[in-house]
Amino acid sequence: MRKTRFNELHKRLGGKMIEFCGWEMPVEYSGIIPEHMAVRTKAGLFDVSHMGEVLVTGKQALAYVQWLTPNDAARLAPGQVQYTALMTPESTFVDDMLVYCIGPEEYFLVVNAANVDKDFAWITGHTQGFEVKVENPSDAYSQLALQGPLAEKILQPLTDIALSGMKSFHWAKGKVLGKNCLVSRTGYTGEDGFEIYTMDPDPGIIWTTLIEKGTPLGLLPIGLGARDTLRLESKLMLYGNDISDKTTVLEADLKWIVKLQKGDFLGRPVVERQLAEGLTRKLVGFELAEPGVARPHYPVTIKGQKVSEVASGTFSPLLKKSIGLVYLPIEATAVGSEFEIEIRTKRAKARVIPTPFYKRADKK
Amino acid sequence: MYPNDFRYTKEHEWIKVAGDEALIGITDFAQHQLGDIIYVELPPVGKELAVRQSISVVESVKSVSDVYAPFSGQVVAVNEALVQTADLINKDPHGQGWIVRLKIKDKKEIDGLLTANDYEKFLEGLEH
Repeated sequence: MRKTRFNELHKRLGGKMIEFCGWEMPVEYSGIIPEHMAVRTKAGLFDVSHMGEVLVTGKQALAYVQWLTPNDAARLAPGQVQYTALMTPESTFVDDMLVYCIGPEEYFLVVNAANVDKDFAWITGHTQGFEVKVENPSDAYSQLALQGPLAEKILQPLTDIALSGMKSFHWAKGKVLGKNCLVSRTGYTGEDGFEIYTMDPDPGIIWTTLIEKGTPLGLLPIGLGARDTLRLESKLMLYGNDISDKTTVLEADLKWIVKLQKGDFLGRPVVERQLAEGLTRKLVGFELAEPGVARPHYPVTIKGQKVSEVASGTFSPLLKKSIGLVYLPIEATAVGSEFEIEIRTKRAKARVIPTPFYKRADKK
Repeated sequence: MYPNDFRYTKEHEWIKVAGDEALIGITDFAQHQLGDIIYVELPPVGKELAVRQSISVVESVKSVSDVYAPFSGQVVAVNEALVQTADLINKDPHGQGWIVRLKIKDKKEIDGLLTANDYEKFLEGLEH
């Protein structure tokens, strides 16, 4: 298994290590529920170094990013970030990702750990006709995510970047504990927070100092278990579960990342067709209407007929009920619509509810 | 740590015999492995079970675990408190976190179960 540069530190904190996408990662330290609640009420620190980074540079870097993605990267000034996707010609997903505008000829793409090699191959594979260079510096990067209402308070004393002036989906370069970093106000939890990227070969002090300074304020180290419950409460996508090469961007309820006025992009004709014809299915949020837990792949039925499978499903530590996402036939997607989820031998009642399941009070 | 008057299985169940019935739960080791328990599926009272048949399912956020009948028997009671407070199993796995009470069909099946000493040795073996 591959190890991040913080691996030993997780073990020292009692992290329960598991294999994830070929990496040895902590699934939890003190427990998924306390970790989840720490991020929602105080702060949590995640090692997300297993994520991938792809650099697209050159005279046509913007044009190339525009071709590969449905969102409008031309809107990005240096210092800005947007959520988008790598689209197939069928308007399904190669991956979802963040695009950072570093400069007019430099775009920094951050992709899922599960898809790094696939995404890099895809991005290098479509450059014909574009004057661009594509690089994969993933191995050189370490990445930490500090999330929660106290994130800014904990990080500010350790960095020369003025965090109070940093808006959501913006980034800045500076020093964190003397190490050169790129810090963005982004995250995968639904809380305020920062993602810290560094190519420094020895970044351990950033982790240990954040833990040291944050612990008295209630900060906890957070594993992959709580990472999943947090993102699901905020209805953030997980590739492989909610989006894949079998789901279109409109079916995934991500119309907001499609900006047709920006010009042509891979998958555009299918998006236009689906807009004209309408969808036959859509991703919606649900809650289980009885005790139990709905989990990915559990069969979904409507009046006893199998129509789908749970895409994402868990027990929400904040809402204290089982929630999840599922693709349902379009006629069954209205809020309040009832269906069943097969949990072992039982058919448990579920209903469509609005998403996100949780939204934080103050959005910066 | 592991009560001497209990018996155990390699599947991390504990058994507290009282006459021709026994209380069954999962051990401290098991609850720690599972993490915060959020839901327990209890069998109906009266259900007959063969040895090693699944009696209950214990769910944590990340996992689903079967609890197996350590011996053949019939369910005479279930711990209703677990319906509202599933994490009793985490807080008091050997006491208030009991899961079911079974009427023992054949007392000979109890003899094959592990003693506290056997179970502790078994756990030590797992760590290596």
